[in-house]
Amino acid sequence: MPTFGSFALLLALALSAYTLLAGGVALRQIAVGAGGRVSPERLAETARRAGIATFIATTAAAFALVWCAFTNDFSVSYILHHSNRALPGPYKFAALWSGQEGSLLLWAWLLATYGFVLRVRHKVDVKLTAYASTILAGIQVFFLLLLNFAAMPFSLVSGPVPADGFGLNPLLQYPEMVIHPPMLYLGYVGFAVPFAFALGALMMRYPGEKWIHITRRWTMVTWLFLTCGIFLGMHWAYSVLGWGGYWGWDPVENASLMPWLTGTAFLHSVMMQEKRGMMKSWNVWLIFATFMLAIFGTLLTRSGLVSSVHAFAQSPIGSWFWVFLIIVLSVCLFTFILQRDHLKAENKVESLVSRESSFLFNNLVLLAACFTVLWGTLFPILSEYVVGNKVTVSAPFYDRVAVPIGLFLLFLTAIGPLLAWRSSSFKSIRKNFVLPVIAAAVTGIVVIACGVRPWTIFTTDHQGEFYSFVAYCLAALVVTAVGSEFLRGARVISRNTGQSLLASVVQLTRRNTRRYGGYIVHFGVVVIFIGISGQAFNQKQEQEMALHQSIHIGPYTVECEGYSQDTNPNYDTEYALLTVYRDGRLVTKIAPERRFYDASQQPLTVVSNHSTLAWDLYVVYAGKNPDTGQPIIQVFLNPLVAWIWIGVAIIVFGTAVALVPNMSAALAASRVRVAVPQAVTAQGGD
Amino acid sequence: MRRISRVGRVITSCLAVCLVALLSMGAADNAARYNDIGHKLMCTCGCGQVLLECNHLGCPALARESEELQVAIQRGDSDNAILIAFQNEYGPTVLAAPMLTKFNIIAWIVPPAFLLLGIAGTAVLVRRWRQRVAARAVTERDPSFQAIRERIRRETQL
Repeated sequence: MPTFGSFALLLALALSAYTLLAGGVALRQIAVGAGGRVSPERLAETARRAGIATFIATTAAAFALVWCAFTNDFSVSYILHHSNRALPGPYKFAALWSGQEGSLLLWAWLLATYGFVLRVRHKVDVKLTAYASTILAGIQVFFLLLLNFAAMPFSLVSGPVPADGFGLNPLLQYPEMVIHPPMLYLGYVGFAVPFAFALGALMMRYPGEKWIHITRRWTMVTWLFLTCGIFLGMHWAYSVLGWGGYWGWDPVENASLMPWLTGTAFLHSVMMQEKRGMMKSWNVWLIFATFMLAIFGTLLTRSGLVSSVHAFAQSPIGSWFWVFLIIVLSVCLFTFILQRDHLKAENKVESLVSRESSFLFNNLVLLAACFTVLWGTLFPILSEYVVGNKVTVSAPFYDRVAVPIGLFLLFLTAIGPLLAWRSSSFKSIRKNFVLPVIAAAVTGIVVIACGVRPWTIFTTDHQGEFYSFVAYCLAALVVTAVGSEFLRGARVISRNTGQSLLASVVQLTRRNTRRYGGYIVHFGVVVIFIGISGQAFNQKQEQEMALHQSIHIGPYTVECEGYSQDTNPNYDTEYALLTVYRDGRLVTKIAPERRFYDASQQPLTVVSNHSTLAWDLYVVYAGKNPDTGQPIIQVFLNPLVAWIWIGVAIIVFGTAVALVPNMSAALAASRVRVAVPQAVTAQGGD
Repeated sequence: MRRISRVGRVITSCLAVCLVALLSMGAADNAARYNDIGHKLMCTCGCGQVLLECNHLGCPALARESEELQVAIQRGDSDNAILIAFQNEYGPTVLAAPMLTKFNIIAWIVPPAFLLLGIAGTAVLVRRWRQRVAARAVTERDPSFQAIRERIRRETQL
């Protein structure tokens, strides 16, 4: 099977190289009007088919690696280092992306899959798809070169084959790790498609904004995958790392956030191009930057350029990524310089107080957030280079610099929808803003009445309560602004049709799914902000617990009922049996664990979490006192964490709504579908 | 327009107050100092976590650093002196964020400067665009002309 896998990878490389070369030659011939022995159209068609075949070859390679994992083929070095006999099936499957070579193979396979879908649906626009397909093939060639010559997943172990593998990193042996990396990679890789379309459209001087219409769904789905990937990663960190938090501003986490920020900016600014023919150069560079940041993120985490706690996939392939990035940047720059006159805006912003202007500022703030994250991630390297000392840039830096930018973005989320296109009058601003501002002010008073003290920022180093206070007020502002947008439209429908308000809201949303789906996404973002702002009020207790001893935290009492240990072929475990009471009433029984994996000889914390809308009771088995044999238990009371995951669900729902065609368009399409058979019948009848 | 500019001034003033509030730092009382400073230091065990968030059982670095921090607070050292003492003992990576000294000040200045310059630049750009739009020929802004352009654009797109 390793030979089959290696052959499949080599074949995939040859096929994608053919797609790149034949596609490039064909498009060049079409562009200059030249012809050869084979017509350029036929050559382009062979390139397209080779691209489809690349998907089959890459799938075969991925299948071979998974097969090796399931059959415990420890002659393959990658399987030896990332699997073992006792590893449960799903994690053997996850071994595909748990190491350097496997995750690069996943990149290549996902890219081939996206390419497959794109090439199969080439009739959407044959010429533009041919350009995009050729550009995707270029990216594919890079990853397949890496897999064939630098990070080979099928390289064999030298000497005798060990009887068992070294096992999978225990941190990765968690259900979410089976879906989190593919989601993240679907996001990273997915941005290659709008990137390829944008570059292709620029190369061929594609008229109009159709490339944006074609890539809109790609971009939204990709963005959704990346969003889900990031939040699944947060949930994994929260559930497995056992430090009570979900985001540590680690370079690996930052690497995923940067393309998300620019991708979000792109999703907003393309609306300006579609509606007003503006920001064409900006949009092209946003999607270029998003793709390059996805590659740069991979470079950051693979090359060892910055130190990260996520060190499970580092190797000396950084130079390959540098070369690739330089090539991509050069191609983008060269194409842009050559074709920049094609990107002339049809309109300009006419007023500072307008929807266009709010989009501009929204883009600016998203870009500033991205720059801040990039700056914080790279500053240790810069510092080492300039003054010879490496410094740490961790949570306190981002709390002070990035969080205010995030809150400013939330503020823009509130005011953007309330402004009109072109220009807003003072009267309309006053009319639209009165209610949201009152809601924000009332929320502020209620929050202070509930005990939040924002002014502590002046007396202590804690910014948390102040940020939370601002976040709650802004959340009220956004929710009221978004809600009033829904209500205003729904009332009109209700008045005209006599439907109930709820039915009118549904109909309103179906009439313009993109707009109202977007508002639902904004609402999800608000819910996430509320969840994150709860962090300012976290509480923590740590105690060695004897039998029937208790820890009191917030309204809860956690009592130790017992502690024990167990063993299975994969790991040994120590755990405590704890009973949780609230106001003297039994709430639940929990059993936080600490596992020790035999194959990898590494420990893992399994957190017990009792989650409610108000707070999470997060309990960690920190270890055992060697002198007394009693467990040491850490208990965290983390307010509002559940809101973060609910917010993500709302974002998923909102994006799904935005992906659905508008009701009027869908009805029109169904009418066309109905009309065609009738016409055929009529002809037949004649 | 004058009312908008007055509102603009009020909003600018509010934003300035918020900015000052964000950047200002008050003196912490002694009870909270341990928690405050403990969150400005990193654990040196290699876990990459903030000192008071290190969750390694029996972490020797956590125990040593915590004890040193408590002793320094009881001795009455200032926050800055404690951070400098830790930096001298463990190297600059023990600080969770760069201090506002020499080259490191750039770390703090550049992102807000980027944002402020961006906002100022965008405002200037929009103002220039607005002036250019105002100077356009009347025919170009004729609603019927715009409607025809919109229709042509719609029809030429598949």
